[in-house]
Amino acid sequence: MAFWLLVTLTIITAATPLLLAALGEHVTERAGVLNLGVEGMMIVGAAAAFAVAILTGSSILAILAGLSAGMVLAALFALFAVGLAANQVAAGLALTIFGTGLANLIGAGFIGMKRETIPSLWIPGLTELPVLGKLLFGQDPFVYASLALAVGIAWWLRATRGGLVLTGIGENHASAHALGHDVRRLRVLAVLFGGACAGLGGAYLSLVYTPFWSPGMTAGRGWIALAIVVFAGGRVWRLLLGAYLFGAMNVLQLHAQAGGIGLPSQLLSAIPYLATILALVALALRDRRRQSAVGSLGQPFIPDR
Amino acid sequence: MKALMTAAFGVAMAVGVGGAAMAQEKLKIGFIYVGPVGDFGWSYQHDQGRQAIEKAFPGRVETTFVETVPENDSDRAIEQLARTGHKLIFTTSFGYMEPTLRVARRFPDVKFEHATGVKRAPNVATYSAKFHEGRYIIGQMAGKMTKSNTIGYVGAFPIPEVIAGINAFYLGAKSVNPNIKIKIVWVNSWFDPPKEADAAKVLMDQGVDIVTQHTDSPAPVQAASARNVLSFGQASDMSRFAPNHVMTSIIDDWNPYYIERTRAVLEGKWESKDTFDGLAKGKVVMGPYRNVPDDVKKLAETTEAAIKAGTLDPFKCPVIDQTGKTIECKGGDRLSDEQVFGMMFYVQGIEDKVPQ
Amino acid sequence: MRLDLLPRDDVSRLREWLTPVVAFGVALIIGGVIVWLMGRSPVRAFQVYVTEPLSQGWAVQEILLKATPLMLIGIGLAFCYRADRWNIGAEGQFVIGGLCGGGVAVLTHGSGAWWVLPLMLMAGIAGGMLWAAIPASLRNRLGVSEILTSLMLVYMAQLLLDYMVRGPWRDPKAFNFPQSVMFDPAATLPPLLAGGRVHWGLVFALVAALAAWIVLNRTLLGFGIRALGEAPRSARFGGFNERRITLVVFLMSGGLAGLAGVAEVAGQIGQLQPSISPGYGFTAIIVAFLGRLSAPGIVLASLVMAMILIGAENAQIALKLPLDLARVFQGVLLFCLLGGEALTRHRVVLGRG
Repeated sequence: MAFWLLVTLTIITAATPLLLAALGEHVTERAGVLNLGVEGMMIVGAAAAFAVAILTGSSILAILAGLSAGMVLAALFALFAVGLAANQVAAGLALTIFGTGLANLIGAGFIGMKRETIPSLWIPGLTELPVLGKLLFGQDPFVYASLALAVGIAWWLRATRGGLVLTGIGENHASAHALGHDVRRLRVLAVLFGGACAGLGGAYLSLVYTPFWSPGMTAGRGWIALAIVVFAGGRVWRLLLGAYLFGAMNVLQLHAQAGGIGLPSQLLSAIPYLATILALVALALRDRRRQSAVGSLGQPFIPDR
Repeated sequence: MKALMTAAFGVAMAVGVGGAAMAQEKLKIGFIYVGPVGDFGWSYQHDQGRQAIEKAFPGRVETTFVETVPENDSDRAIEQLARTGHKLIFTTSFGYMEPTLRVARRFPDVKFEHATGVKRAPNVATYSAKFHEGRYIIGQMAGKMTKSNTIGYVGAFPIPEVIAGINAFYLGAKSVNPNIKIKIVWVNSWFDPPKEADAAKVLMDQGVDIVTQHTDSPAPVQAASARNVLSFGQASDMSRFAPNHVMTSIIDDWNPYYIERTRAVLEGKWESKDTFDGLAKGKVVMGPYRNVPDDVKKLAETTEAAIKAGTLDPFKCPVIDQTGKTIECKGGDRLSDEQVFGMMFYVQGIEDKVPQ
Repeated sequence: MRLDLLPRDDVSRLREWLTPVVAFGVALIIGGVIVWLMGRSPVRAFQVYVTEPLSQGWAVQEILLKATPLMLIGIGLAFCYRADRWNIGAEGQFVIGGLCGGGVAVLTHGSGAWWVLPLMLMAGIAGGMLWAAIPASLRNRLGVSEILTSLMLVYMAQLLLDYMVRGPWRDPKAFNFPQSVMFDPAATLPPLLAGGRVHWGLVFALVAALAAWIVLNRTLLGFGIRALGEAPRSARFGGFNERRITLVVFLMSGGLAGLAGVAEVAGQIGQLQPSISPGYGFTAIIVAFLGRLSAPGIVLASLVMAMILIGAENAQIALKLPLDLARVFQGVLLFCLLGGEALTRHRVVLGRG
């Protein structure tokens, strides 16, 4: 197989968990809520998915478990950040710390166990096509789900009433409230959706990426997902670009090492993080005059009676 | 007094001995692990050693372990073991060196065993194993089994132990296949399965058809197996993770050493020294040879026997480094233990640079 | 069913100060339940986590030692958070401070001069300030979120330390293992009591706490900081320069974190290693909130947090309880605190509809 094809396939695997988590957080932030607890929700999803996979042997149940675990944690965040109007930054950090600890506790009993990865798609005839076969028809279900989700979310936000209302809440929650929308209820739903996506992203790590559990296996991917959401500046296609870009950075730095490029490995490892900062700067320079950040992001909303 | 009693109660609970503590004074032995016991790698093998001690001296010892202790914040954990009556403490990672020495100074009647360490004290001994001997063997196997003549190495940190392993692997491969090339990727962690899997995939993308590792999780062998690529496991027998693709694993067997040192303490004969053994003394054990044709298996077994007998050494002089310089031979006809222990150069033929 | 929040008009000081205490109590109860679910005795766990560390002399020393960096960093963070600037990168500023200060020690190794230690401390502070100035400037000039930039810089700081310790500053006599030379006595922070473990870093922390309290409550700058956080528009009308204050709070926070870093390296560890922090920068965020962003509160909160962390290690040995339980407890505690604050500021009414 061509080298570029192999590299692309590896990049797709690396980008998918980022994309899933970022899509969820994107919806949450569109509604005006900043949930910094993505890392916590992802890793709990990873632990729960793996635990259920070992206990029941069913991949479907495992995926549902990961999704639900993310949602449960998101609900906790929603209670404090939306329900009690607490400081969203603090609540998000609390969620990250709580989630990381909880995930390690759940996963502790399953360290060292293994299972088969979820099989990739296989359509006789199509998957065997040279070049495009594996790329288009040979991915695992999560990849297809992430792309479908991206398309679905983009459409929903732009073309449906629900999506437009959500965006409106994010821009100006006071006006939305005046128009009669239940700001808090919609925010809670957005937060829950974000949690489900993050949990799904985590489940991908422990079910497909490396089919076993290890403490801290998300390794900061949740934070990168947050960066991707900011990088996207409100556009879903930029979200896709960001996720694949960061996936690529991670993979390419390993390739540089294997290829014998004599740069220090620490420098190569630092590239994704540096790239995030540069991307944010580039974005800010471009959008100098435009207000691209969501207007009410991070501000708690307390409806007056 | 209360604190001591509470702590003793706690330790007894920890071992689950409960009310069975008799009048006989049991030797309390403590273990500090750098990772989780369930990593199926480095810490797992040390814990096997701990369990071996309990089996070998039933009723005479009590063991406690603390896992996932960060190296730069380990003073307290080590000291806590010393304070709660443990008289023999194993600290199982290089980074525990200074904390071990510090605590050892404060507790002169407690004996410490520091794995892979370089500094000793009257009550601190060091021990390590010649893993590179095993790497030479798997290098030969790789050299025979590769079709693309490119072999891959997933490394954790560029420290001497790992560098020596890479060199031995390469030399072994080259001894049977002069056209061999090696590619190396550093994960910068002992245990980071997603990154280890990525590293293995990247190596395979670049044409490697045999994957070996000096990291602790089975992720590389699993990633290799998914692409039908042969591999070697590390630290424990990893064949269960990829039964059709793991050819052998380099297993750390600390059991004999741990039992020997415990016996020394029990008999009052413990002394501080350095122990750097390999295949011959059973510190390093090769996992069963599988998934290879008979002639390769025979080669591996012959080499193993030769190393055990002392007639073959991976670093038999002359050893030439990347710049073409011949390394001064300080061990007779082979590099001395010290030279191996501090090795920070690649041998000639490796087309890569040692990261700083 | 809906949850309505009615703002309270008057919040008594008593209630304000009772909130963290009650939150801690509730968190303890929840923690006890979790311990019980894990099959251990909650009472025993409480002893191991709380009472034992406090009753043993050497353990109290360890608490003070561990609380020192938390205090220093936490106080710095209070400046930022009060001004509504979310510095999440204190961990990175800590690491850079340790790197710079430790670097001075490595480069002056063997000289034994009297000015080595003060220079180290200044280098550490400067390093931390520099690292914090980056997210501050990016926010000031370009409006880039300081949360993400400061966080990305944490990873970069850790990688830089790793590179220096494995490369240029590696001890040539340590068999090529990744660590720097052990610092000379002249480059080490002396202990407060001979033979003890607690070093002068604690004094720095307490002095910083006092200074912070004075600045925040008795100076114009402090007023500006608080105004920026609580009523930004009024602050701007009042003539406070938002950008200047942003830079100042980040510099203070970075400087204090950097000081904590060099104190840790020169006092506790005694050399540079690839990793010099077990997450102090992040734990300090919790400490800052626990202490309700006030200097005396943070002093107390850092002691409490240190006690929990040390108790968790003891629990690992005595009760086989995993360290992650402490993390879960920290999260629960923060949530309880946030809940308590919300309940203090508002009356919660569950209504129909």
